[in-house]
Amino acid sequence: MNTIGIVIIGIGLFFDLMGCIGLVRMPDIYNRLQASTKCVTFGTCSILFGSFLIMGFSGGGMKALLCIAFILLTSPVSAHALSRGAHISGIKLWGKSVCDKYQEDRQPSAKV
Amino acid sequence: MHRRLRWLLGTIVLVGIVALIVVRPMPILFHPELPYAPFIARCLFVLLLCSFLCLYRILRGPTAPDRVVAIDILGILVVGFCAVLGISTGRNWYMDIGIAWGLQSFVATIALAKYIEGKGLEE
Repeated sequence: MNTIGIVIIGIGLFFDLMGCIGLVRMPDIYNRLQASTKCVTFGTCSILFGSFLIMGFSGGGMKALLCIAFILLTSPVSAHALSRGAHISGIKLWGKSVCDKYQEDRQPSAKV
Repeated sequence: MHRRLRWLLGTIVLVGIVALIVVRPMPILFHPELPYAPFIARCLFVLLLCSFLCLYRILRGPTAPDRVVAIDILGILVVGFCAVLGISTGRNWYMDIGIAWGLQSFVATIALAKYIEGKGLEE
């Protein structure tokens, strides 16, 4: 069980690193949000799940499961609120972006 | 040509740092007789590298939402730090710190998103 936990923690670290590289590398606020939030949430959740596997059904393991539940509930909500706030405050998309459905929804008269 | 050179240079530096961490990490800061000590040292240094990438985006973000995204990700990384330290030392209260930090980071991000949006908090 300890070996499985260490392997899952290693996978989580890989996802964390990829998410942070995406946070630095991507050209746009929305791309950065998409690249970093999913990868880092999944990475930290697998680190916590690996620590649950190592600790077993003790106090620390159950707290790790509770922390997984909290992160899975709160992180998409904060990402959605942040992207909505950035779009309403008028941050432009990247120049090579393909479509912007939310803008069309907000201004129905400006639809082409 | 210039952009391709920058891309190549950044890739080489990043792969070099990760290889240095994986092959020969520095000796762990606390007790070396704890279980999983080499693996925990590698974990901590990888998370430290992620935190430095987030700090780069906080310092050099072109707009305000970039910085808020980086602050959010930094808060989630601290939860990972707490989990790894809890495995390493075998103490339960690191997980308590992780839970509290995650919830507080969520509230701070929601408040900053509402502030960026430009309306009041009472909606």
